[in-house]
Order: sequence, then structure tokens, then C-alpha cells
Amino acid sequence: MNIDWRHDIDRVLTDAKARNKYVLLDFSAAPM
Amino acid sequence: MYPDERVARLITENFIPARVHVKDQAADFQRFGERYDAQWTPTIIFLDPDGVERHRIEGFLPNDDFLAQLMVGLGQLAFRRGDFTTAERWFQRVVDTLPKTDAAPEAQYWAGVSRYKGSGDPAALGATAKAFSDRYQDSTWAKKASIWK
Repeated sequence: MNIDWRHDIDRVLTDAKARNKYVLLDFSAAPM
Repeated sequence: MYPDERVARLITENFIPARVHVKDQAADFQRFGERYDAQWTPTIIFLDPDGVERHRIEGFLPNDDFLAQLMVGLGQLAFRRGDFTTAERWFQRVVDTLPKTDAAPEAQYWAGVSRYKGSGDPAALGATAKAFSDRYQDSTWAKKASIWK
């Protein structure tokens, strides 16, 4: 199973509020 | 951490996963890094639906420890919204399924607190203090629970 990481953080925060969802925000240096 | 099937499933089922890369998204990294005080990688921040931080992991962890921290974070998210039954379930899951991880003593502590907050029964705290006499005796969390004896 792959994780479908999103990178549009502003939109993520808006979606989380609208959908009452938690966000896991990963600050990463790993190769993308 | 992330290629682990258990980790990927837990994240996918419980979060909107979002990533900011230090080099490839330098402007976002600076902006959101300042907002959430992320000064090192990896830093993984657990946000509630209002964007408020409720838990964080800083630095690499092996799979089991990372999985345990994810569950602790889910417990903290539930706890902070007053859902003590769900919080206790996440914390207890760490103790039951990943008892050798560094997060397990913390989870045992918060499982007891969640049980007390949900029930109002002080016996939950006493039982937790007693549980620390059986395992994790040398942990900081055992010291914190010792006042409940």
C-alpha cells in the first residue's frame, strides 16, 4: 500500500476542516 | 517507516497525509515550518481538523516504534476532543500489541488517564499505578503514576 501524500498544504488544511479529518503533516528530506 | 504495510494502512485510514519537502518545496517548508515550529527532518506533526497540533514525532524511528507513536498520536487527538473511549482504545492498543516499544509506558499512562476521564472512577488511576509495578517500573511514566497509589 502506497501513501498518497498531498503537497498542497493550504488545501489540505481547508479539506481537513470541511471533512472533520486529522492531518499527518510530514516535514521531510527524504527523496521524493 | 512509510513502506511498512501497517504504517501505510494506519495513516491512510486515519489521516489526510501531507508532506512538505525541505528542498523541493523550500518556500512551503519555510512557511509551514515556521508556523508549526518544524526545525528538523523528519518532523511529523499530528493536526486536528482545525489545524491545531496535538502530537509530534521528531527524528527517525524503526517501524514498530513509529507505528506505536502513530497510535499514541491518534490517542492524543481523540483525548483532546474529549473522546476518551477512543483515546483509551488507541493507547491500550499500543500496550497490547507493541509492548516493547518506547511509547508503551506513555501509552499505559494515558490509557489510565483516559479511562478515568471517561468514567470518573478514581479506581482507574489506582489500577494504572498498580500496572506500573508490574512493568515499565523504571520509566518516567511510572514515576508520574506513582502518586495515584
